[in-house]
Amino acid sequence: MSCLLEARGISKQFGGVQALQDVSLTINHGEIYGLIGPNGAGKTTFFNVLTGLYARDAGEVSLDGKPLPLGKPHAISIAGFARTFQNIRLFANMTALENVMVGRHARTASGVIGAILRTAAARGEEQAIRRRAEELLHYVGIGDRTHDLARHLSYGDQRRLEIARALATEPRLLALDEPAAGMNASETAALRTLIEGLRADGITILLIEHDVKLVMGLCDRVAVLDYGRKIAEDVPEQVRRNPAVIEAYLGVGVGAA
Amino acid sequence: MKRYPQLRMLATIALLLLLPFAVGTMGNAWVRILDFALLYIMLALGLNIVVGFAGLLDLGYIAFYGVGAYTYALLASPQFGVHWPVWLILPLCAAIAGLFGALLGAPTLRLRGDYLAIVTLGFGEIIRIFLNNLNSPVNITNGPQGIASIDPIAVAGVSLSRTLNVFGFEVHGLYLYYYLFAFVALLIVVVSARLQDSRIGRAWVAIREDEVAAKACGINTRNVKLLAFAMGASFGGVAGGLFAGFQGFVSPESFSLLESIMVLCMVVIGGMGHIGGVIFGGLLLAVMPEIFRYSAVPAQQALFGKVVIDPESLRMLLFGLALIVVMLYRPAGLWPEPRHRRELAGKKS
Repeated sequence: MSCLLEARGISKQFGGVQALQDVSLTINHGEIYGLIGPNGAGKTTFFNVLTGLYARDAGEVSLDGKPLPLGKPHAISIAGFARTFQNIRLFANMTALENVMVGRHARTASGVIGAILRTAAARGEEQAIRRRAEELLHYVGIGDRTHDLARHLSYGDQRRLEIARALATEPRLLALDEPAAGMNASETAALRTLIEGLRADGITILLIEHDVKLVMGLCDRVAVLDYGRKIAEDVPEQVRRNPAVIEAYLGVGVGAA
Repeated sequence: MKRYPQLRMLATIALLLLLPFAVGTMGNAWVRILDFALLYIMLALGLNIVVGFAGLLDLGYIAFYGVGAYTYALLASPQFGVHWPVWLILPLCAAIAGLFGALLGAPTLRLRGDYLAIVTLGFGEIIRIFLNNLNSPVNITNGPQGIASIDPIAVAGVSLSRTLNVFGFEVHGLYLYYYLFAFVALLIVVVSARLQDSRIGRAWVAIREDEVAAKACGINTRNVKLLAFAMGASFGGVAGGLFAGFQGFVSPESFSLLESIMVLCMVVIGGMGHIGGVIFGGLLLAVMPEIFRYSAVPAQQALFGKVVIDPESLRMLLFGLALIVVMLYRPAGLWPEPRHRRELAGKKS
């Protein structure tokens, strides 16, 4: 399997805190890659470094062999790497449809002149944006909420809307930051179906998640972060048995003490 | 009415055409007030792009009005002895003001809210102080005396400042300016509305709602913000050019901080981000003080038999009171964007 994302030696420091230390990993085309770890292990920091929100202190990231620029989230999105946020970040006062239409920004081109003169090209593009946004809303299963304001959607639907908006940027790699956080069992099951569908449609997925059952059931490979270091990376069954991982989550066993 | 958009448009145009004659029955002074109201509406619409759409608080907006006004004044007055035609100057006013807008935007890209407001306030003052002092060593702006005897605006060779004789019917210059201003204001309304419903307009609102998420959607927030500053400023520049031609005189004191705040109040009281609301706010704040000016003295004399508070202080007092009341009871403005109505309309279609 060829590698889509490669991160080498990522380090990040916040003042005296070493949030990430020399973290390297590779994500292959078409896989669902899980990233887990106890609270404060540096998962979201790692995510923010990858997507350009934080500048990294050291290390390199490349997508499909091309290096990703530093500190330029929009360029990384255009390169084909989309993300969702742990604490949902929707455009609250825009409708669901408009939220997804914003996601099409990177893949469309019409500017001020086209908008003012309403040129045929600009109108055609606007229609295509709208059509694609409607398709995506149906795809994630909230087609009936198209014209509701984002802030009026239920929590689960807001998560779906965020995924639809990320999909609108036509990503090759979609990074989901704790998509199941705060979801009940049936919502989580529906989310799982959605993620499996995404993979079937050829999108590679990086999943940060606390719900270990979801991660273990869904991911092809899992990496574990603890105190900013990668302590394990393997298929789920192996990771589950890894003593270092058990120690990170549960502390040192009685036998070892 | 809603079912016949053409009919509605015709009614609006007829109203716009007849309005100065209705107002003119009270005297030409009121037509002049109407002309100024249209200039303020243009300014408010320009500021609405920056503050209403993109959510960038700008307290120095009047600087662009000043830049436009001085551009016109320098290119059509005895100051340098150049007398360019208006159709050449006005686009230049828009372009130069737009450039200044981008110039202001560039260093403030990382700032938001209060911090941005302070920097823009400073920028507005810098422009005014420059206009005030650029009379030495080389005299460009003529300093605090301002520039006088600016050429009046002429359309198709007809000067708008003279009374025009149309089939034996005398039309005062103020009416001619009214029609020109109404036409330009209408143009600005159309441009605003089209921008709002476009890819760029959505990007502006996305930045207002959540800048980080906007970046993650692939929006180059630097360019899109600069574009908002430049577009908003260019509207102000056009309004400034028209103002210079209309007044025939410009001086730095027309572009004080108070004017910036006035325009911001029009946007906020009318309804930030809503074109109709902003027009309403501009009209209200341009006309109300004038009505007040004429009615304060007689009203006090009728009530108390003498003038208790002089009209000027009373005006500011009531203005402040109105602001507080609006912020308390209609924080989104008097006529905010009817989003929920749009939600319902979308569902039906």
